[in-house]
Amino acid sequence: MVDQPDNTHPWQGVVDNPWRRLRQFTAARIGLGRSGVSLPTHEMLAFQLAHAQARDAVHTPLDFAALSQQLERLSEQHAVLNREPPLLLHSEAVNRMTYLQRPDLGRRLDDASRVLLQQEQHSPKQPFDLALVIADGLSATAIAHNACGFIAALATELQQDSQDWRLAPVTLIEQGRVAIGDDVGELLNARLVLMLIGERPGLSSPDSLGLYLTYAPQRGLNDARRNCISNVRPEGLPWQQAAQRAMYLLRQARQLKISGVDLKDRSPSLDADSNATISAHHNNDASPTDAQHNFLL
Amino acid sequence: MHKTYRYTLGSKTYEFRHLADLLARATPARSGDRLAGVIARSAEERAVAQMALADVPLSNFLNEALIPYEQDEVTRLIIDDHDAAAFAPISHLTVGDFRNWLLSDHASSAMLAQVSAGITPEMAAAVSKIMRNQDLILVAQKCQVTSAFRNTLGLHKRLSTRLQPNHPTDDMNGIAASILDGLLYGSGDAVIGINPATDNVAQATRLLHLMDDVIQRYDIPTQSCVLTHVTNTLECIEQGAPVDLVFQSIGGSEATNSSFGFNLATLAEAQQAALSLQRGSVGNNVMYFETGQGSALSANAHHGLDQQTCEARAYAVARKFSPLLVNTVVGFIGPEYLFDGKEIIRAGLEDHFCAKLLGLPMGCDVCYTNHAEADQNDMDNLLTLLATAGCSFVMGIPGSDDIMLNYQTTSFHDALYARRVLGLGAAPEFEAWLEKMHIMSNAPGACLNDALPPAFAHSLQSLPANSGDTDQEANHG
Repeated sequence: MVDQPDNTHPWQGVVDNPWRRLRQFTAARIGLGRSGVSLPTHEMLAFQLAHAQARDAVHTPLDFAALSQQLERLSEQHAVLNREPPLLLHSEAVNRMTYLQRPDLGRRLDDASRVLLQQEQHSPKQPFDLALVIADGLSATAIAHNACGFIAALATELQQDSQDWRLAPVTLIEQGRVAIGDDVGELLNARLVLMLIGERPGLSSPDSLGLYLTYAPQRGLNDARRNCISNVRPEGLPWQQAAQRAMYLLRQARQLKISGVDLKDRSPSLDADSNATISAHHNNDASPTDAQHNFLL
Repeated sequence: MHKTYRYTLGSKTYEFRHLADLLARATPARSGDRLAGVIARSAEERAVAQMALADVPLSNFLNEALIPYEQDEVTRLIIDDHDAAAFAPISHLTVGDFRNWLLSDHASSAMLAQVSAGITPEMAAAVSKIMRNQDLILVAQKCQVTSAFRNTLGLHKRLSTRLQPNHPTDDMNGIAASILDGLLYGSGDAVIGINPATDNVAQATRLLHLMDDVIQRYDIPTQSCVLTHVTNTLECIEQGAPVDLVFQSIGGSEATNSSFGFNLATLAEAQQAALSLQRGSVGNNVMYFETGQGSALSANAHHGLDQQTCEARAYAVARKFSPLLVNTVVGFIGPEYLFDGKEIIRAGLEDHFCAKLLGLPMGCDVCYTNHAEADQNDMDNLLTLLATAGCSFVMGIPGSDDIMLNYQTTSFHDALYARRVLGLGAAPEFEAWLEKMHIMSNAPGACLNDALPPAFAHSLQSLPANSGDTDQEANHG
């Protein structure tokens, strides 16, 4: 059925796609060109690189020692942060392979970590206002690139707030999933927990940081009790804006004593269709063009 | 009353608590069944379970509901709609005999179509568990299922594609750019289908108008769909939006579907609403369903069943509504359900086989996420196997990379590769259109023209020249 190869003309190289200039409208891989019906070499290799970076984001262990040092320096610069060195904890997922296959284990602290937090012996009469919890999640790259930048921006917001914020020691969790933050918050006796976690990496976004907020955290809460801010990174939702949104939610949650679907996000910077869960696709600056003005029509 | 299943191996007797337990222990290993705690405890137990399962009469599946009849409307659908006359030719077989029968020359395409309504999802799931990959391919290839709306899908030696022009902010020009790219690569005969980034009625309506206008302007023999919740599509129809197909993600238990926010009555209502619009030109299949192993477990609605059996039960839901398209989004949820390329490939073949056997126009979103142990080579393997098995359609997306859903699926290039190596064509109406529009000079041979087709060159003329990419383009030109 296939045509005979045409050997009467010399090979002209890869067939170009002149509509590639439409990439001004989309980050999608359009107009890649072709050799026969196949991807040109440079596009095939570019894809492999993007995939390799996303894979590395999933499998590179987070450098907890370096992160700890950076956080200690941050606490010297921002008085609102807790001065104790960060506490290093671990989930029940013993390694990365287990973590990927058993999300249930990633949601629970291991025994040693529970003992460590219980030994902290914080007065039950004096709860912390906020516990910051950092977990590697599915992208250590996201934490390495964005955690400290975001916390610095948040610390500035917290310091400028009219009410006092008493922060728990920062906790760092190896092989952690979102729900484990509630475990930590409960054991630390914190009114609020804000979890920073590496999101599932996309091919063009290997370093997205996710933020999850819970009021009155305790073991076993479901997703409906958490507010989420997604895609925190310089190319997505920049640190300062993310800190402002988080601060809005923190203030509201503390005042109304709720979080999750009951806590609607009505911060002024948000789009009209605000929702308790801020979607991953908030950076919608370009208002969609009217269909009638589309170039295909 | 549950029956216990036993199998004696030497001095050791294996016992399986009931049919659901036996099915779960017999299923090839995968992470979701491990997560659910229903997986075989050893490789030997799995092999023994498969031997025990092979001895089970098919008629047992009609007498032992895996999820109680009283509790689950999917079970009621399976039992109440069972066609005893169609079942008659295979009613005396065990699961093991059934495999032999399916593989035999006696089970022709016509014979398979005849017994289809007599096969329950559990029978299909059971026999798939004792089949090798080549068995799943061989039998699926014999099952011919066609469906039609503005073109005819599923014909012999055809492989169609869903053009999936997603954009992270639903930017209309961004979506149109991906539609153009896809059309110029011969993609889009199964459907032009968008996963909206902002999921509401107003947005769906806007996207529906965009696609309808494009389809009308270029007179494309295809259909469009916005993959939004069935209740949103119902509202769109009520408001007069140009809806071709109704979409819904479905699962294999009533509780799964409740967690998705619909029941069978909702689907029936939506089907009637879409039919009333009479927008099809060559057929009236107006439903589009997506499925995928793991969704029932993810919704905590699996009732102790293994994930592949749950998946097969979803096909009973699909079958009820004569869909144009069904596809399993096989590697989308992540490695906690299908861990690596091996598990994804096996699941894709199982899903395709079971659905085809049950008479569905089955396609597959051949895909993976970045935290799964899989890469493009695994996708090449599954695509090639499914295209060989007669898969109705796959996804087509620019460069395999979905920038909205953050996962990798098959590209326009990939579909052309499969068509070329296996000598497959697009839907006949669409194939004729590709030649008429000068996109392809030999559509059955998957030969694209080098020059920009005149109709589309005209569309591009109105655009401002853009820097950036054009420079890069020149380097590789």
